[in-house]
Amino acid sequence: MTSTTADPTTGAGASGSATADPLAMLREMLLIRRFEEKCVELYSATKIRGFLHLCIGEEATAVGVLGALGPQDAVVSTYREHGHALARGVPPAEVMAELYGRATGCSRGRGGSMHLFDASRRFYGGNAIVGGGLPVAVGLALADAMRDRPVVTAVIFGDGAFAEGELHESANLAALWHLPVLFCCENNRYAMGTALAREHANTDLASRAAGYGMTAKTVDGMDVEAVRAATEEAVAAIRRGEGPVFLELRTYRFRAHSMYDSDRYRDKAEVAQFKENDPITGLTDRLVADGRLAPGDVERLEAEVAAEVEAAVTAAEAGPWEPVADLTRFVTTRPEDAGLGGPVRVDPGAEEGGAP
Amino acid sequence: MTTTLRDPTERATRETTFREALREAHREAMRRDERVFLMGEDVARYGGCFAVSLGLAEEFGEERVRDTPLSESGFTGAGIGAALGGLRPIVEIMTVNFSLLALDQILDNAATLRHMSGGQLSVPLVIRMTTGAGRQLAAQHSHSLEAYYAHIPGLTVISPATLEDARGMLWPALEDPDPVVLFEHGSLYNLAGELPVDPDPVDITSAAVRRSGTDVTLIGYGGTVPRALDAADLLARRGIDAEVVDLRVLRPLDDATILESVARTHRAVVVDEGWRSVGIAAEVSARIAEGALYELDAPVERVCGVEVPLPYPKHLEDAAVPQVDDVVAAARRAVGDDA
Repeated sequence: MTSTTADPTTGAGASGSATADPLAMLREMLLIRRFEEKCVELYSATKIRGFLHLCIGEEATAVGVLGALGPQDAVVSTYREHGHALARGVPPAEVMAELYGRATGCSRGRGGSMHLFDASRRFYGGNAIVGGGLPVAVGLALADAMRDRPVVTAVIFGDGAFAEGELHESANLAALWHLPVLFCCENNRYAMGTALAREHANTDLASRAAGYGMTAKTVDGMDVEAVRAATEEAVAAIRRGEGPVFLELRTYRFRAHSMYDSDRYRDKAEVAQFKENDPITGLTDRLVADGRLAPGDVERLEAEVAAEVEAAVTAAEAGPWEPVADLTRFVTTRPEDAGLGGPVRVDPGAEEGGAP
Repeated sequence: MTTTLRDPTERATRETTFREALREAHREAMRRDERVFLMGEDVARYGGCFAVSLGLAEEFGEERVRDTPLSESGFTGAGIGAALGGLRPIVEIMTVNFSLLALDQILDNAATLRHMSGGQLSVPLVIRMTTGAGRQLAAQHSHSLEAYYAHIPGLTVISPATLEDARGMLWPALEDPDPVVLFEHGSLYNLAGELPVDPDPVDITSAAVRRSGTDVTLIGYGGTVPRALDAADLLARRGIDAEVVDLRVLRPLDDATILESVARTHRAVVVDEGWRSVGIAAEVSARIAEGALYELDAPVERVCGVEVPLPYPKHLEDAAVPQVDDVVAAARRAVGDDA
């Protein structure tokens, strides 16, 4: 099995994807960035409460990975998943309503920031036990394999999860059973406040994953085109029946771990240095340089995205609260706490949620 | 034994054991529903740690009777994912002690996903595990930790104590759209008796009165039911007519059956191999206090596991878990038979 680092000759470098529309990727990254900047404001205004983990700086991994998947594929994510949900196509209004805790949220407000779900898009959370989504992803892939469905399950997790036993149990199971799992490790170099070299004896995560008998690659996670190309290649291999693939996406979060974090464990100079490698400005500059971005395009995208975020906030503000009488609804399907249907949707015409 | 002509309307039965009844339940489920499969440590080629699945891999193949690595959290979580993906997995965990390695998956995913997702996700998963003492397996293979699971909203917890339930509880558990944890007391596997060849379905919602009586209610589940029945026989010799209630379902508890029985007998003895503090017996006692206090003619008695890690030697193990004589003594205290 192979473990390689980013290299243009392997297709996992900056060569880009044949099918990806760079302008659409830029727009999605902008949407995630502006959406989360708005979240910071709303958190300060106490509209959003609890823990809030932002992916600002990591947008390229969300957009690059999710864009390479089809609607039939499954996604299992972490507690830092606003970007993944938006890139999967969960409407911003439903994500924002969830952050507000409203019944119109994508989890009816029961989950909040860390637990975004959308069964209609096969988006299985929003798991806030680090590593906890990995075995579930293996099982989703097992179901597809046992039913001969040509479907990939992508599981997204961080470098912190690589230290959990569940990562190792899941990697072994997926490789042993040759399952269609795409392991996407967003290595942002910190498990909360603990630096990579302070949590791993061997910091080359891809080489360790390769030790389980699967293809593993390291990708520049700040380059959305590289992420997209590497993911497309991995998904194609998995669909060909070549077993699981591990992608280590080297990225960086520009903001603190959560809104509670005073960010004492990193050098300001280090953060500033990584901000020089912003995935959004990086793509913008490339597109301008080679003429793919016309004058005025960025301003137009910014205006569209701003309107979309504003509309999401307006819809969230207007969303109803779940009645307290429904507190125990959905605990089980037993009569005393049975639920009837999926989430309240913003758009009554939208597809109803439900288990596949 | 007397020899009589068999009534032609009498149903055909066959001699079986608790273990074979469980195996037959798996066989029936896998025949009825192609989505059903079994996975766990040594369930296929070894035939199951307690031989429940012996022969099933040969019959259904190793896709559907699937050996796993020793990764309790991994394969239990995989069962949750496979259930989300439309299958009906049965996950076997060797003992309840080992299941603690998978407790995060069972609590934080299986029991939680429906509510946390606002009702979008369903986890139709059955997790089976062995529980209980009596086989001198010492402190890491013998505990009775049913209360850990019965504490968790989102789960159904069941505990067969009879051949009928060993044969019948698996199918309704698989039909349940929510996760079900099924406990098999290790002392019951060799329980033998007659079972109809085409047994009636059973529910996984109610407790059952296994013996009717008027003087005292003995309440047990799983491995303590045979001990309660034996105690009732001994009490009968002293003229004490004991009723025996088999809880069957530990979550949600069937309050009505418990309270109705106590209202008839006015005395209750709860028998539970689990540790006394904060356990199943504590919960049952509290519900009797809440729902039938004025029916009681005596304080509720609890006969529970002694609060100690289970020791290896037989005399200490026996002393650490409820025995028939302990149940008899508690029932006699309850009825005031102190002679």
